[in-house]
Amino acid sequence: MSDRDAILAAIRTRKRPAAHGEPAVAPVPARGRIDGAARIDLFVRMAEAAAASVKRLSSPEEVPEAVAQYLAAQNLPARLVLASDPKVANLPWEDHPMIAHRTGPATGQDHAALTTAFAGVAETGTLALVSSPETPTTLNFLPEHSLVLVSAEDICGTYEELWRRLRLATDDGVYWPRTVNLITGPSRSADIEQKLLMGAHGPVKLHILLIDP
Amino acid sequence: MQATSDRFVDNVRKALDNDILQQALGNVRVNFIEKRSQAVAGLPEFEDLREAGRILRDRVLADLDTHLLAFEAKVQAQGGHVHWCADAESARQTVLKICREAGARRVTKGKTMIGEEIGINDFLEANDIEPIETDLGEYIIQLRHEPPSHLIAPAVHVTQQQVEETFRRVHRDLDPKRDLREPSSLLAEARAKLRQRFLTADVGITGANFLVAETGSSVIVTNEGNGDLTQTLPRVHIALASIDKVVPTLDDLTLLLRLLARSATGQEMSVYTTLSTGPRRGDDHDGPGAYHVVILDNGRSKMVGTEKQDLLRCIRCGACLNHCPIYHAVGGHAYGWVYAGPIGAALTPALIGLEHAADLPNASTLCGRCEAVCPMKIPLPNILRHWREEEFQRGLTPPTVRRGLGLWAFVARHPRFYRLVAGLGARLLSGMAGSRGRLRSLPLAGGWTAVRDLPAPSGRTFHALYRQRRSGGGGKAGGGAA
Repeated sequence: MSDRDAILAAIRTRKRPAAHGEPAVAPVPARGRIDGAARIDLFVRMAEAAAASVKRLSSPEEVPEAVAQYLAAQNLPARLVLASDPKVANLPWEDHPMIAHRTGPATGQDHAALTTAFAGVAETGTLALVSSPETPTTLNFLPEHSLVLVSAEDICGTYEELWRRLRLATDDGVYWPRTVNLITGPSRSADIEQKLLMGAHGPVKLHILLIDP
Repeated sequence: MQATSDRFVDNVRKALDNDILQQALGNVRVNFIEKRSQAVAGLPEFEDLREAGRILRDRVLADLDTHLLAFEAKVQAQGGHVHWCADAESARQTVLKICREAGARRVTKGKTMIGEEIGINDFLEANDIEPIETDLGEYIIQLRHEPPSHLIAPAVHVTQQQVEETFRRVHRDLDPKRDLREPSSLLAEARAKLRQRFLTADVGITGANFLVAETGSSVIVTNEGNGDLTQTLPRVHIALASIDKVVPTLDDLTLLLRLLARSATGQEMSVYTTLSTGPRRGDDHDGPGAYHVVILDNGRSKMVGTEKQDLLRCIRCGACLNHCPIYHAVGGHAYGWVYAGPIGAALTPALIGLEHAADLPNASTLCGRCEAVCPMKIPLPNILRHWREEEFQRGLTPPTVRRGLGLWAFVARHPRFYRLVAGLGARLLSGMAGSRGRLRSLPLAGGWTAVRDLPAPSGRTFHALYRQRRSGGGGKAGGGAA
């Protein structure tokens, strides 16, 4: 008998019905069940509580300027790698010729990257990033400075809402992406005497550019 | 991993005498408890979520084969592979075969308790494949040739100074005069060292906090991002999971995620929660070319349908360790195998056999804090009691303890005699303690009094006080008499 058959047979001969009757409906925290400006405010508040920084912009055209300001404020060279997602790549970068940029996945040499989030989740201030040829996963982890673009209309209140939108976008999971990253703040570790240190292997900083017209 | 759980008493003695360990354990007693309690207070639905989580896990276990098969079908539909492994040896051979077929020389690893359970590092090394732990804590203990001592803080037993000594010993290529006094400089050094390894690894091995049947995804939850580099950069990704990790839907996953980070580190959400599904898609620029999930049984299917089944609800948050007075005193290594604390004391006998871990169920005061904080409401004290009964029935209890229990049973069955002995004992101990009310030493109880004083009885037994209260006619019976 194969291991597979042996394991399944062992489970089948022993399993017994659960004691409780009907399946429980898990509560959805009231905190996330809000709309409009309150929802966006919650997202910002929770993301900042998780040590991310958030810059609210009223239109995508303002992104290159916000990126230039961020890089300057962090004393970084004006250089970054961009997702080839048109939402990022087609921004008016030509108006900011001093920002050197290329598109594609990140390498170990990139200090900063800008990509797009599929959505945000207000409940915990979390970004949902989805892998695709236009939004490669390495952009989210290799550079020390992770910049992420998200639209206010894509901020969900709860995870249940996020999954509804993702199921819809993937034809009920048929085109489910290789990687879904739920990211709440920048990388950290407390493995040395429980002292919290930022930037363990992933980004030291997470900077969210929130388009909220 | 070679178990030393049968030498628990020796392990404990060494742990109690280890000043450095005792210093390090001080961090557990304070930080974890405070952070969890704040996070729980911040979510009014937390108790309802616990109850829903318990019911969800019970429902899945009642139909575990169906959910595992649904998961397998989805993984395959997304171009991934599922390997079922009955025991540790089968899992080791499966991993080695995948590595060999990929021509792997170097393997990076995210944190995986199943990897510890099957001893994958030593096995790969013996087969000329270099395994590199990438979680900071796991990296530190790999360099020190130690097993993890905590579910989510594997190097919690190591002090900062010891980390510095270890890095100076191993990172010989760096300037010996470099300044490593700040923890941030230790982190920066590990980050730089591991970054090269990430970029040159052939295979990435991670654990899996959950498996989602709806999408065929393995899910990892980390704060560092090491697990994500491990499962994104190499050509092949292997996720090691056990049969109890499966949940039916994304919404079920959400329920458990809402409980996990709050119970573990007191975060609202861990920094990185990642769903991996199959290999990279055709046009993707990154991600592994092949995706494998190893589903390990290793004794778990035998727990289904027994009074030990509740242990399979565990989501490995570590809250029971963080709140356990025994764990606080002896740390994780004393438990002698992969899992420490209350969950380790209850699970280890089921997985390696009670005869190899007979002392572990006794490593508890049954104070109940573990059950009170467990997000899955696992009745840990009850399960430990089950093990103690089984231990006694199978004759695994030491003769002195058996004689003591026999004596106790005799006295307890003879109420008059019990009252006589208890009355004499209470008066005697009270007299010996004098006005101090505590005993520094006591014949036949040296094991207790060697490390702490014994609080002496007040001089009168519960029975006597109760009788007095009843005849006095005032107050509620029993109240205050203890």
